[in-house]
This record gives sequence, C-alpha cells and structure tokens, in this order.
Amino acid sequence: METLVACLAGFLVSMAIWLMLSGNLMRFLFGLLLLSNGVNLAILAAGRLTPGAPPLLGTSGALPPDTMANALPQALLLTAIVIGFGLFAFALALTIRAYRSFGHLEVDRMRSAEPAEDS
Amino acid sequence: MNSLILSVGARFLTGLFLLFSLFVLLRGHNSPGGGFIGGLIGAAGFVLYSFAAGVEDARRALRVDPRAIGVWGMAIAVLSGLASALAGLDPFTGLWLILADLALSTVLVFDIGVYLAVFGAILTLVFALEETV
Amino acid sequence: MLDGASDGAGRMLGYAASILAALILVSMALMVPAVVDGRPVLFALDWAPSLGISLAFMVDGLSLIFGLLISGIGSLIFLYATGYMGDHPQFGRFVLFLFAFMVSMLGLVLARDLITLFLFWELTSITSYLLIGFDHDNPRARRNALQAMLVTAGGGLALLAGFILIGTAAGGYDLAQILAGPGLQDSNLYGAILVLVLLGAFTKSAQFPFHFWLPNAMAAPTPVSAYLHSATMVKAGVYLLARLHPALGGTIAWSMALTTAGAVTAVLASVLAMRQGDLKQALAYTTLMALGTITMLLAGAHPYALTAAVTFLIIHSLYKASLFMVVGAVDHGTGTRDVGQLGGLGRAMPLTALAAVLACASMAGLPPMIGWIGKELIYAGAETMTAAPFVAAAAVAANALMFAVAGIIALRPFFGAPVATPHPPHEAPWQMLAGPVILALGGLVVGVLAQPLLGSVVGSALTGSLLQDRAAGLHLWAGFNRAFVLSLLTFTLGVMLYLMRDRFAALVDPVLRRLPSLDDGWDRLLDGLRVLAAWQTRVLQTGRLTAYLMAVFAVVALALGLTIIRTRPEIAMELPRSAFLWLTAIFTAAGAVLALNTHSRIAAIAGIGTVGIGVAVIFIYAGAPDVATTQLMVETLSAVMFAIAALRLPGITERRSPRRQMAHGVVALTTGLCVTAIILSVTASPLDRSITSYFEENSYALAHGLNIVNVVLVDFRAFDTFGELIVVLLASFGAYAVLKRKRRAGP
Repeated sequence: METLVACLAGFLVSMAIWLMLSGNLMRFLFGLLLLSNGVNLAILAAGRLTPGAPPLLGTSGALPPDTMANALPQALLLTAIVIGFGLFAFALALTIRAYRSFGHLEVDRMRSAEPAEDS
Repeated sequence: MNSLILSVGARFLTGLFLLFSLFVLLRGHNSPGGGFIGGLIGAAGFVLYSFAAGVEDARRALRVDPRAIGVWGMAIAVLSGLASALAGLDPFTGLWLILADLALSTVLVFDIGVYLAVFGAILTLVFALEETV
Repeated sequence: MLDGASDGAGRMLGYAASILAALILVSMALMVPAVVDGRPVLFALDWAPSLGISLAFMVDGLSLIFGLLISGIGSLIFLYATGYMGDHPQFGRFVLFLFAFMVSMLGLVLARDLITLFLFWELTSITSYLLIGFDHDNPRARRNALQAMLVTAGGGLALLAGFILIGTAAGGYDLAQILAGPGLQDSNLYGAILVLVLLGAFTKSAQFPFHFWLPNAMAAPTPVSAYLHSATMVKAGVYLLARLHPALGGTIAWSMALTTAGAVTAVLASVLAMRQGDLKQALAYTTLMALGTITMLLAGAHPYALTAAVTFLIIHSLYKASLFMVVGAVDHGTGTRDVGQLGGLGRAMPLTALAAVLACASMAGLPPMIGWIGKELIYAGAETMTAAPFVAAAAVAANALMFAVAGIIALRPFFGAPVATPHPPHEAPWQMLAGPVILALGGLVVGVLAQPLLGSVVGSALTGSLLQDRAAGLHLWAGFNRAFVLSLLTFTLGVMLYLMRDRFAALVDPVLRRLPSLDDGWDRLLDGLRVLAAWQTRVLQTGRLTAYLMAVFAVVALALGLTIIRTRPEIAMELPRSAFLWLTAIFTAAGAVLALNTHSRIAAIAGIGTVGIGVAVIFIYAGAPDVATTQLMVETLSAVMFAIAALRLPGITERRSPRRQMAHGVVALTTGLCVTAIILSVTASPLDRSITSYFEENSYALAHGLNIVNVVLVDFRAFDTFGELIVVLLASFGAYAVLKRKRRAGP
C-alpha cells in the first residue's frame, strides 16, 4: 500500500510545482499547500504504513502483540504540519500585502527589488 | 455575517470547543491529543466566535491580546524546560511527581506552554487577517 | 621645500617612520652574529592550532638579508619621501600606507609558517595597491594600481593553493620542518605544487608573461617606486623562489621554467629599457631585467649560481633604490624626467650627479663597485648551470644592454651642454639626498670590502637557508678566468651599444612595435570579464520569481533524477487491495485536479481542502490519529484564512505561453516522478526501526506516557518542539506585522 501513497505523493508534488510556477501568487499559495501535503505523505510512506495500529501503549506500558505504526515519522509529521501552516500563513500575509502595494498578483511584474535594466 | 443561528450558537460552540481542547490537551500524554491539537481546536473555537460576533467582540471575550498568550506559552515552555536544569539535569528533561493516581510533571507544563503558544499564534494571525481585509 | 614648516605634523610623521625603520634595522643587525653562527632566531604564537597553523617567524640568513634591506632602505625612503612630498595634504596617509607595506613585507620574509607567509603576501598586494594608486584622482593611477593588485593577488590565490598542497605533501605548514625534510621533488603532488608556486612567484616578481604590470606601477609617487621596485614588493617572488629552492628546486622542470622565464624577461626588459625616454620607465624595465636575472640564476643548483643570485639581489636593491631616488630628485629639481630634455645638470646638482654616477657604475658592473663582483659571479654561476651557453649568452646580452642604459642614465642628464628645463635646475633638499648618496656610496664600500662586510651574511644564506655546503667568495679579483673574459666582452658590447644607440633603436623599434601588447590584452581581458558578468547577470538574475523557482525545481528534478538513474535502486511495487484506500486516493487526486483547473477562487479553495481532508483520512487509515487530527484542524484553518483573504484578492488568472507551459510541465512531472520513485526505492530497502523501538520501549518506562507520539514531542524531543514553537510564533508575528503595517505611498 506504500506504492499507492507514493504515487499520490508524487502526483501532488507535480501539481504543486505546476501551480507554484504559474506566476500568480494566489495559485502559488495553492501550490504551497499541495506541496506540503505531498511531502507529508512522502514522509509517512517512507516510515511504512501499518493500518489500524496507532502507536499507543497498553496499560502500564505494555507493548501490543502486533507491530504498531511507526511513531517517529508521526512525530515529525505533526511538527511539519504545524510549521507548514506557519509558512502558509506568512506567505498569505505577504500576498495580501503585495496585492495592496502592486494592485495585482503577477509575480513577474513585481520588480521593486530587482528592477529590469533595459526598460 | 448576520445569521442569528450562528451568532447564538457560536457562543455555546466556542465554550464547547475550549472545553474539548482542554480535555484533549490533558489526556494527550496517554491517548491521542496533546498541546498542538488542543491549541488548534481552541483557536478554531475563537475563530468561529469571531465570525459570528466580529473580531472586536472576540478580542473582548478573550480579554488578553493573543500575542501575549503566545509569548506566555513560550515562556512557560522555557521555564518547564529549565526546571530540570535547576535540578541538575539536562534542560528539557521531564521531572515527575507521582501522587497516587495523579501524575504531575514538567512535561505537562511544557505541553500547556505548547497549547498556549499555538493558540496565541493562530489567533494573532486570524484576527489580524480579519481586521485587515 | 625646507621652509614648509607650516605643515610640520606630516613631516614629523615621516621622520618618526624613518627612525622607527632605522630601529628595526638596528634590531635586525643585532641578530646578525647569531644567524651567521648558524642559529636562526625563531618565535611563534599559536594561531589556529587545530589546522596546524601558527603565527610563526624565523630569522635565518635569507630572511635576514631581506629584513636588513627592507628596513634599511625603508628608513631612507621615509626620509626621502618627507623631502619629496612632505607638504602633500595627505602625506600622513601616505606614511601610514608605506609603513603598513613595510611591515607586511617584513612579515612576508620573516614568516616561518606558510599560511602566515601567504597572509603577508596578500597584505603586500593590498598595501601596494593603496600606494600605487595613491594619486587617486588620476584614473590612470587607479587603473594601474588595480592591475598590479589583480595580477599579484591572482597569483597569490594560486600560491595559496600551492601552499596547501605543500602542507599536504609535507605534512605541515612549518617552513623550518619542510625545508629540513627530504624535499618535495619526489612527491606526486610536485607538478601541481610547482605550477602553482611559480604562478605566484612569477606574477609577484613580474616575470614574462606577467611583466606588464610593473612598468605601469610607475604611476606611483617616486618614493613608492623606489621602495617597491628595488628591495621589496617585486623581490617577494624572488624571495619565495629562493626560500623554497631546497624543497622544490633541482629538478628539470624547475630549472627549465626558471631559466626560460628569467632569460626572456631579462633580455626583453633590457631591450625595452634602452628605448624608454622617461628615466623612470627606463628604471622600471631595468628592474625587470634584474628580476629576470635572479630568477634565471635560481634555476641553478650550484653554490656559484645561488651565491650570484643572492649577491645580485643585494646589489640591485642598493643601486636601484638609489637611482629611483635620483630620478625623483631630477624630476623635482627640473620638472621633467624625459632624458631628451635634460643635460648638463651636474653643475647645478652635484650630489645628485655623484649618486647617479656611482649607482650607475654599480649597475653597469664596473670595478670597484659591488656590481662588478655581482656580474663576475653571474658569469661564474652561469657556467655551472644546465643550459650554460644559453644562460651565459642571455646574461651577456642583458648586462651589455644594462651597461648602455646605465650610460644613458648617468651621462646624458648630468653631463654635456646644459639644456633648458621646465624650471631652472636646483639641488634637492638634504632629506632627498641622504638616501641616494648613502646607498650609492654603500655600493662602493661593499664593493671594496665585499668579503668582510657581506661574505658572512651571504654565506649564512647559502648554507643556512639554501642548504648549500658552501658559498662562493666575493672578490674584486677572482683571477683571469672565463667570467673575466665575459665581463670584458660585456663592456665592449655595452660601449658599442651606447655609442650606436640610435642605430640600435632603428633596428629594434619596428620589431618591438609588432610585438603583441600584453597590456592591451589585459584591458581586453577585463572588458571581457565585465561583459561576461553583465551577461550572466542578465541570464541568471532575471528578476522574475518564476524563473528562480524554475531553476530551483529544475535542479531538484535533475539531482533526484540523476541519482536515481545512476544508482538504479530497487523499487517495491505492491498495489493495495483495499478499496477504501483507492477511493481516498482518487478523491484526493480529484481535489488537486479541481484546484488546478478552476478559475473560481472558492472552487480552488474547496479543491485544496479536499486534498487536505483526503490526506487526513490516509493518516487515520495509517494509524496516526494525532497527525490526522492536526491535519484536519490545520486544513480547516487554512481554508478559513484563504476564504477571508479571497474576499479581497482578485480572481486567478494565468497567462503562460505554450512554450513555458511545456517547460514547466516537464519539470513538474519529472520532480513528481522522482519523488514517487524515491519513496518506492526507500520502501524497497529494509526499515531501520531502532529509534522507533527505543521510543516504544521507553515511552512508559522513562516518560510515563502511553501516547508515544506525544511523548516524543514533549519529552524525548522537547527541545525540537520548543524550536518549532518559536518558528510558529515568529511566523504569526511576522504576518501580523506585514498585515498591520500602515500603507506607504507608492509600491
């Protein structure tokens, strides 16, 4: 079942990159969210999928008889999701700010930092 | 957004969200939950409230500036981490006090810090966003 | 000049620097007995012990000779400069630069650690840049200063690489150890070391084909030229060659490279020196000739050749510093340095004329000057070398031309009928006379008393630094031998060249004019560099964000793709049978497709939300309830924030040209495929569960928690979590600041 998740992760990454390259900041943000989802799936799949066995111990710390889901990637994912959200929120704020300053969302026409030389 | 149902329901729902978030926070060490999730749920409650009653009301209901909450959360996390340094251990080592069935620890304090930091950070963001747009 | 007491501060500084340099000279002189006894003086400070680098210094025969010349001539130069330009408004700065240069030069020759040596080497490049470009209002001076610095500092970089290789081959940067060791001639790094070190030495000592910067450096004030091109800057390269001679010399490659470069430089430079109207330019070219000769002699491995090199180095420093100062005095006294506009100055400037004649006699190699002994030694040394006939021929040609140039410089300005000069000639002040006269007389004194005065120091350089078993003696009369015959031949040729200089000019000028100008080549090189820089900036730094992103993703795709193609990892393919998982995956993908294709903002947000929920479902399915809950909450909040923002943001338009769509599509698809392939190859390899197992076993035992994920976050890895809190808080405060900032006028 990792195969399917891997395919899905790759698909999401492709879509994300396509959107991020579009040149429209709004679509860039969509791409950012998709990218973080795709990468999170990739982390999950790399740690193997163990359906239906959350990493919870029994009373007094007894280990369950079967293999539990890998706790390590889950801990990584939890932080990654929250960090990704912080990143997204900041990018969103920047986008709103950029729209207020420039009046449009086309990144290739935002040239205050590196003005075009020949124009 | 002037839906009567929403504005009446939101007050109850927000309370429910907060209660639930605290529950999730406290049970987090042994069952699914914890500071991150708790903080997110609590923040979601206030976001809902701000939709129903407006940001100003939501801020008033919160009483404290969400930025301050975030900073306090971080401070609590630091203090809980340094507590073990006072005890002569590496920073961020958990200290436990087990009284019968009740287990108190610096780890729980740390998780409360996480809860407050996430809660404060998200409300700072969403309120700012709502006020600007 | 002497009545310029109004600006006394600058002059006082000049005098102070001169006295300080003289004190250094005295302290160096006090070390002579110990060094001559074969006890080099060492001192060291730890600098970067972990890298085996220390700030270490040593005074042995070779560095002592250099130290004496640098401090002694330096002292006279400071005095001279005070007379020459003491009333210059920026004289204080000048003294500072010159002193900094002197200190770097001393550091260079005294360094015992290769990295220390390199540091001072580059410091001399930088300080000489400041000195050559001192007249900074003159674009020519700035350009030439930059040229000198780029050439020498560029060589310095090669040198650093060479030093590091030496350190690798010899096992350390300590010169004393490297020189005492078995030598690096048999190391398999020898070829690379030789090329790099020679690049550094040849650029610094202006050997062909890097000679062009030196005549241009004459844009410097005359005291600077007198200092840099007699005893210091350009001698640094020669010093290095001599210093590393025991470790690197004696091979065919070494001798070929040094002989060729030295001979070509010496002969070419002395021909060019004949053809200069400007006295200072003529001296610049004779400096090249001297450097070429020393380089050529260092190619040898016999005590005679090396004694000749060391002795000639001293001789040249003495007469060249003197002559530069003479030319400065002439310029100062008459307003011109053009040999065609000068004549009969001897009466008005008797002391300057005396210095000029004595120094030129040494340069021409006439007895009883020290120059005579030098020339004899050169010929005696040439005989011992591999390509003896070639070296001897080059030496005779160069020395004969030198003789003629010396005649021109000594005779034409000072003797014959007086010529009207821009202002009536007058003798220079005492500060400007002390240097040239003392140094010129010094050439005479050490000529007569060569062996008692110089013998022991040169000897200790030969035996202590160059590791020869003996040194050749310094005698005015060494017997009627082949060297003597060659000396007579040199004089004959020299007199003929002096007398027939006009015919010589007619002969060589057409040839010289046809030679390609390396100086112009340099300008073209710099222009080319500028064009290249502008081009690459235009291409790489377009200022368009999509282009940057494209580059980033293309590199990611390329790196991942190449790795996969190169390693051809095993790939695990096993499709799940669970219909639930299939449905979830299709649902998620459909959300992404919706977000991609719609032009409605709300539909796109819904699509993204769908993806988020689909991923959360997969998390639940995979046994990650904590992650799934967090994911759901985050997705909800993201959608809410997006929805709020979308109220104020315009619709999503996209205008990509079909060509760009192609390129973007290729990059996007490749990266996605690579990500899939990498996960598949990861899952094909066995999983290391050691960390997970540790958490599983100790979660309750050590941390009293049953929810392992939470225990990892708040206990095992609490510090990481804390770092993450800071990130989230900063992001939200940053966004708050961005949103709440007051609108400014204009973008």
